[in-house]
Amino acid sequence: MPKLTIDGIEIEVEAGTSILQAAEQLGIEIPRFCYHDRLSVPANCRMCLVELEGAPKPVASCAMACGDNMVVKTSSERVKKARSGVMEFLLINHPLDCPICDQGGECDLQDQAYAYGGDGSRYEEAKRAVSGKDISPVIKTFMTRCINCTRCVRFVEEIAGVPVLGQMNRGEDAKIDTFVGRMVESELSGNLVDVCPVGALTSKPYNYKARPWELKKVETIDVMDGLGCNIRVDVRGNEVMRVLPRLHEEINEEWIDDKTRYSYDGLKKNRLDRPYVRDVSSGKLRESSWEEALSVVAGKLKEADKSKIGAMAGNLCDVEAMMALKDFMVSIGCNNIDCRVDGMNILPENRGDYLFNAGIAGIEEADAILLVGTNPRKDAAILNARIRKHWLNKNVPIALIGEYAELNYDYEYLGDNPADLKSFKGARTGFAKIFKDAKNPMLILGSDALTRSDAAAIYGLAREIAGEGFNVLHKVASRVGGLDIGFLPQKDGMNAIDMFEASVSGALDVLYLFGVDEVNLDLMVGRNTFVIYQGHHGDHGAMRADVVLPGVAYTEKEAIYVNTEGRSQLSRKAVCALGDAKEDWKIIRALSEKYGRKLPYDNILQLRERIFADYPFLAEFDVKPDAKMSKIIKNYGEIDKNQKFYSLTPDFYMTNPICRSSKVMAECSNRFVKSKEEIETKISGAAE
Amino acid sequence: MLQDKDRIFTNLYGWESFSLKDAKKRGDWNKTSSLIKKGSDWIIDEMKKSGLRGRGGAGFPTGLKWSFMPKDTGKPHYLVINADESEPGTCKDRDILRNEPHKLIEGALLAGFAMGAHTAYIYVRGEFYNEASELMLAIKEAYDNGLLGKNAAKSGWDFDVIVHRGAGAYICGEETALIESIEGKKGQPRNKPPFPAMAGLYSCPTTVNNVETIAVVPTILRRGGEWFSKLGRDEKNAGTKLFCISGHVNNPCNVEEEMGISMRELIETHAGGVRGGWDNLLAVIPGGSSAPLLPKEICDNVCMDFDSLKEAGSALGTAGLIVMDKSTDIIFAIARLSHFYMHESCGQCTPCREGTGWLWRIMMRMVKGQATVSEIDKLLDITKQIEGQTICALGDAAAWPVQGLIRHFRGEIEKRIIEYRKNAPSYDVAAE
Repeated sequence: MPKLTIDGIEIEVEAGTSILQAAEQLGIEIPRFCYHDRLSVPANCRMCLVELEGAPKPVASCAMACGDNMVVKTSSERVKKARSGVMEFLLINHPLDCPICDQGGECDLQDQAYAYGGDGSRYEEAKRAVSGKDISPVIKTFMTRCINCTRCVRFVEEIAGVPVLGQMNRGEDAKIDTFVGRMVESELSGNLVDVCPVGALTSKPYNYKARPWELKKVETIDVMDGLGCNIRVDVRGNEVMRVLPRLHEEINEEWIDDKTRYSYDGLKKNRLDRPYVRDVSSGKLRESSWEEALSVVAGKLKEADKSKIGAMAGNLCDVEAMMALKDFMVSIGCNNIDCRVDGMNILPENRGDYLFNAGIAGIEEADAILLVGTNPRKDAAILNARIRKHWLNKNVPIALIGEYAELNYDYEYLGDNPADLKSFKGARTGFAKIFKDAKNPMLILGSDALTRSDAAAIYGLAREIAGEGFNVLHKVASRVGGLDIGFLPQKDGMNAIDMFEASVSGALDVLYLFGVDEVNLDLMVGRNTFVIYQGHHGDHGAMRADVVLPGVAYTEKEAIYVNTEGRSQLSRKAVCALGDAKEDWKIIRALSEKYGRKLPYDNILQLRERIFADYPFLAEFDVKPDAKMSKIIKNYGEIDKNQKFYSLTPDFYMTNPICRSSKVMAECSNRFVKSKEEIETKISGAAE
Repeated sequence: MLQDKDRIFTNLYGWESFSLKDAKKRGDWNKTSSLIKKGSDWIIDEMKKSGLRGRGGAGFPTGLKWSFMPKDTGKPHYLVINADESEPGTCKDRDILRNEPHKLIEGALLAGFAMGAHTAYIYVRGEFYNEASELMLAIKEAYDNGLLGKNAAKSGWDFDVIVHRGAGAYICGEETALIESIEGKKGQPRNKPPFPAMAGLYSCPTTVNNVETIAVVPTILRRGGEWFSKLGRDEKNAGTKLFCISGHVNNPCNVEEEMGISMRELIETHAGGVRGGWDNLLAVIPGGSSAPLLPKEICDNVCMDFDSLKEAGSALGTAGLIVMDKSTDIIFAIARLSHFYMHESCGQCTPCREGTGWLWRIMMRMVKGQATVSEIDKLLDITKQIEGQTICALGDAAAWPVQGLIRHFRGEIEKRIIEYRKNAPSYDVAAE
């Protein structure tokens, strides 16, 4: 533990701490550009120079480790001179176009020039200009503004794992470019905008849209995948202007994926802002009042045989609304409810049976990782970044059994057939041995693998192989919450698959679809089934619906979501509902009143009290639960060798109605998602 | 004056062949194994005694540098020999590579043994195509005769020498950039610490030495450190040194001389004197292009060694003397050097990337006189802002020539500015 003095204050720090970090602990600010907490340290911007007693030259505090008895000065005349010198150099070739730069107002260069720079320029020569590049559909480049800090280069190399950026040429001609003329083909590329300290890399969709000081900042959470990444939604008026990551060490650190960041334009398109009822004569949806729509729904529910009513909750639903719908359905005597619309085929007992038990941060403690039936890069890009981080730091052995995946770390591919999983269980060599010998093994089972007809067998095998290191990776935001509150078939009720089958065969009269869009409803729902759709986007569900009840999206409500770790988090209301749309639980509450079985809660707090009474663990916000696993059931049946592992959502950018409505996501999908043929060639190549 | 009996590089001019046969006649590889048998501590001790200072420019005591190599790390150790000689005005290593390669190879074995390295990399400048070829031939000869490889020279020490050719970037002569380049990366200097002795090539303990430093090792060890230390001006500036004299002299040459010889004697004895006589001398850059120039008044009496030149406000550097007579446009000469450093800056860290270009642009205006007198101070200030603030010494190297110019030829710059003002068309427009 070296002890040193910084600006006359003595401090003892852990070995390996840099002077900059030590100063930060003391609350002493040292300006920096190239240094970033989560990236390697190149010490090339020279902004963080400090005076070290005994050293002939000023030293870069970001790269100099603290030593015993060091005496550091961070604000001596010499340091001030060094800083203003570096600042002058940075600015001579910077265009100083702050008034038309999107970074203006939140620019490190601007702030630090103000704090540490001089009051004018002595530069009389011509400035350098660098041409912009097309590196991504979501990142706009103004390379003349670049200060060559190389944060972006290090980000794509270290975090994103797609080493396409680099500093080309040398001296004055040095510039950041892709190698060679390639796109930054990463699902994390949006973070480049955040790591860039200047306006060289800015967000293309947000380009020239707003200034940071005009925006209301709402700290909320994301629902694009099952991780519940912490985000900040920036709002102007009643419009979401952009989405930024928020620091959460245990979930997303400070990264978010592009779907989270850029799908917000989908919130402004294809929205359901008023109720619709299908006109009997024309067969088309027509606008209606709430009064009418709810009466139609209540009437249909009343006259139907209760065993011929079904209710399902889709992928973006919050816990409160699902609770309300469950309560309502149970109160009218309908037992056919299910939140597993993708056909997930297991009925877990304890929470530990279906959670990501180790936690996302827990990945960094694993000493062997086996991925089963999942492509984490698509299913949960941020979690994948965590695996990559651990692989980079500790070179953890990783293997995959499932559809072939282009992952950004080395892994052993063990096949795409469930038989490979079975033989893995018996194997005693290769990765199987590594996994069995590991102290802290980790098996990550993708939720798609549980939608198979032989899900029970896959689940049982995975449990047996994993032992304590069993983790389920859920792809969607609502699933864990739905499982938690038991939005599942009640006594003798039908599950989702049964309901669809019953509908096709004509044995289901009314189907209540709450945000269900990921199913081909034309095929799965029979002609004679009366479909009620509640949701916020005019997507697959609303197309087929006979009555449309407009709900709100995740940015428009304050609601509980539970992530794949079982961590309950609260989303915040950033903007108001559009048009006549209502918060989802309120719609169900109103319907229950219309029906004549009024739900016993009048506001969200009462509803939450009702939830917490039965499910107290949901009241522990932002805590990763230590959930219990039930005993492994031994006779779990046989695997289906003829059915290879598959992914239900091959396109990372098109997984829910919000991103399907987003133009930006469509563009990313066009540019980055490989055609089926390409993927198939990869698979056959891997098999060889 | 160095006597012939004390000369180390007896084939500096290539009057004999570089082959092993001739090299052995000159005394190379003579009982090398007996030197190794004396142990690494003896070698390092002898090197310390000799007072040899690194010949690459910085002048760090070689024995001390070798003793920094950690022991028992469990990692392989590496000796890296810097043959990326690119400093303008310097051409000493080139002659060693093509005419005395066996001195270098033998030195590599001895130095490698002393620091526990089984492998030496020789990083040869990209432009040295023929030199690299000859070096490789010499290495092959050494392998064929059992002087390298397993049980090199029957010493019991396994030793390999690998030649790595650069691609011609000046910055790759900086030791950590050179290491990066060998590793296959872009040649950009690393931040220090950690120093190469702790984490160098492939993160293993590494010592980087100049060609000349390594090539004198066998002779020093054979004749004793004491012999070497007695040559030269004093024990801190000991031994012999290769001087490269170029520019406005009658007979530009490379010559081995005693450290501390006076500059005038060096130029007049070996280079045939300054073109047009000593009085026609304007200035000399004494240590390769990065050393600040010295005007004639100082050149009259200065001695060529590390400490004397430092006192005179310059540096011995690589001992490449660039002699300029009175026909020289001294401002343009230095501006040309500024261009060189701008061109060779790696672009990694801010002061050097941005500052070197700025220096050159102001210098080019100064050449014409198209500036103001107050800008001279600005120029000096900019060099101070670059100096000492960068990762490697290229920033310093870019700053020093300009500083030297302003220190000694400020009047010349001012004169040119005033003249330009006088002759320049007036842009003042009458207010009518």
